[in-house]
Amino acid sequence: MRKLLQRTEFFLVLLIVLIGIVFTLLNPKFATIGNLLDLIKSYSFFGILSVGVLVVLLSGGIDISFTAIAQVAEYVSVSWILAYGGNLGSAFLVACCTGTLLGLFNSLLIHFIRIPPIITTIGTLNLYYGVLYVLSAGQIIYQVPEFYRALSGATLPGSFPVLGVFWIGMVILTAWILKYTVLGRSIYALGGSQIASIRVGFNIFKTRLFVYSFMGFVSGFAAVVHTALVQSAIPNSIVGRELDVIAAVVLGGANIMGGSGSLLGTCLGVALLAMLGNGLTLIGMSSYWNNVMVGLVLLVGVTISAVQRNLQFRRRVTKLNA
Amino acid sequence: MLRFLNYHRDLIALTAVLFGVAAVMLLLSPERFLTPNNLRSMAVQLPEIGILTLAMMVAMLHGGINLAVIGTANLTAIIAALVVHAVMPASGNEWVAAALGLSAGFAASLLVGLLSGILVGYVGVSSILTTLGTMTLVSGACVVITGGSTISRLPAPILVIGNGVLFGIPVPLCIFLLCGAGLSLILSRTVFGFSLYMLGTNSEATRYAGINNSRTLLGVYLLSSFLASIAGVIMMARFNSAKADYGQSYLLVTILAAVLGGTSATGGYGKVIGVIFAIIMLQMLASGLNLLGVDPFFAIAMWGTILLFVMTLNHFLRRRA
Repeated sequence: MRKLLQRTEFFLVLLIVLIGIVFTLLNPKFATIGNLLDLIKSYSFFGILSVGVLVVLLSGGIDISFTAIAQVAEYVSVSWILAYGGNLGSAFLVACCTGTLLGLFNSLLIHFIRIPPIITTIGTLNLYYGVLYVLSAGQIIYQVPEFYRALSGATLPGSFPVLGVFWIGMVILTAWILKYTVLGRSIYALGGSQIASIRVGFNIFKTRLFVYSFMGFVSGFAAVVHTALVQSAIPNSIVGRELDVIAAVVLGGANIMGGSGSLLGTCLGVALLAMLGNGLTLIGMSSYWNNVMVGLVLLVGVTISAVQRNLQFRRRVTKLNA
Repeated sequence: MLRFLNYHRDLIALTAVLFGVAAVMLLLSPERFLTPNNLRSMAVQLPEIGILTLAMMVAMLHGGINLAVIGTANLTAIIAALVVHAVMPASGNEWVAAALGLSAGFAASLLVGLLSGILVGYVGVSSILTTLGTMTLVSGACVVITGGSTISRLPAPILVIGNGVLFGIPVPLCIFLLCGAGLSLILSRTVFGFSLYMLGTNSEATRYAGINNSRTLLGVYLLSSFLASIAGVIMMARFNSAKADYGQSYLLVTILAAVLGGTSATGGYGKVIGVIFAIIMLQMLASGLNLLGVDPFFAIAMWGTILLFVMTLNHFLRRRA
């Protein structure tokens, strides 16, 4: 029981249930299957990105440029399909390759030039986004191929959206990497202590290479989902939301200094933000309040976990003194 | 002499790049770049982002970051504009209304600084998380207060701040220089400034040296918020309006400029003069490319490239030293 009380996920579930009950009491439409499935679909893009961000945070790094990567991947893959033709598979292939390459470039800068990741990725965010805008001349592509529309409307039996399946698939893939591969364990090790992970014999270059390339890959993957959701490719539709995604992951209990965090927590963090956004609208509160609520939840959340950490530290000190 | 060069090599590299950019701009369009008109327009745009960068830099000196600077600036402007409009009909005096409005705006921004400072300094939440929270909260509050609309028509005493000229120098530029000089003095000549640099280098050491880390951190966020709100007032005066989403794209640019100016992202190192150089360079680049008729987004790409370039240069210079 004591263990349970110390886990962020437990509090998140509690909070989600509480908020869910309040919203349902105020507007019964909230808890309907239709609304919840809709939420899963519309937050699938956000959710997929959050998985990549979690992996980067676990390694003790941070990536700000992933929105620009997704933006570039989206534009490149849609343009590619329009120019050379292709199906959904090639859209994913082109987008993921583009994303992975850009992520790879980030990792090389971070590892070899030793620029702190936050600075590197702010630099590359500007670089990728600026170049995309110049090359595309800011032109919006309204006519996306038909299969994007089909993808957006596609559902499994039981009307579960296929876009949600992509999200779940990405979570499962990442869970497998993190839990059952040496590479995954090395990410946690690197985030926990860089020096220790070198001493243990992990190749931190390989780990970094993977982490940022994976973030790029995930951004590319999410970009296709985004195209399906918005049915167009607009060069400035994703950049600017990077801190929202990071906030969701942090809310899910990931330590921004690296080493700890869970996929379950991340999904719960996204779910909480999704419910807040959707619920406020449904109970007739202006969507203007959304950010105030998110900010409050975030501040209270990080304060609670800091206080918990302080108490644990103090307990340990008194034990040592005794 | 050699030691001097060695000690200031980051600044020297930056100066070299600065002159390089200026030379390229002069070569490409000599008849337009050095005109009074262009210089004036640069002098008007530069101060707001410059002061915001100083606000960011103060937080980065302790090894943190203040993501809430833009939100704080807008909050100041919005509160000030609202109070001005509320007081104006009652008092009928523009000066009284402006003074009350600005005081209310500054008070609001200091509250934000107080919140961030307490959470970082006394509760021990990491700086990036705290300010991510305050940023979201404050920008949300701005939208709620204004209902997403623009508050315009400000009285003359406020407009002077944005558009006036003092001894031939635009007032915003004077304010920027004052802020730079003031901050530089605070950082280099006060106990607070010294503690801040030391705290950024090694917070354990300052704690054992008897420095009150919590109080220093609180001071950092109050100072950062104060600078941000000065930038907010300038923006409000220049646009003759206040709105929740002014300057949203400046946030990452301020970090970029601070780092470009030699501020260490891990804390403990950074000088005002470097930041001012970096700001001038970025502004020259943006204005110069604009004069050449290049897509403004090309400037954004160039900023990113220059940041990476300067960091790479510093890396190799440091390795050789």
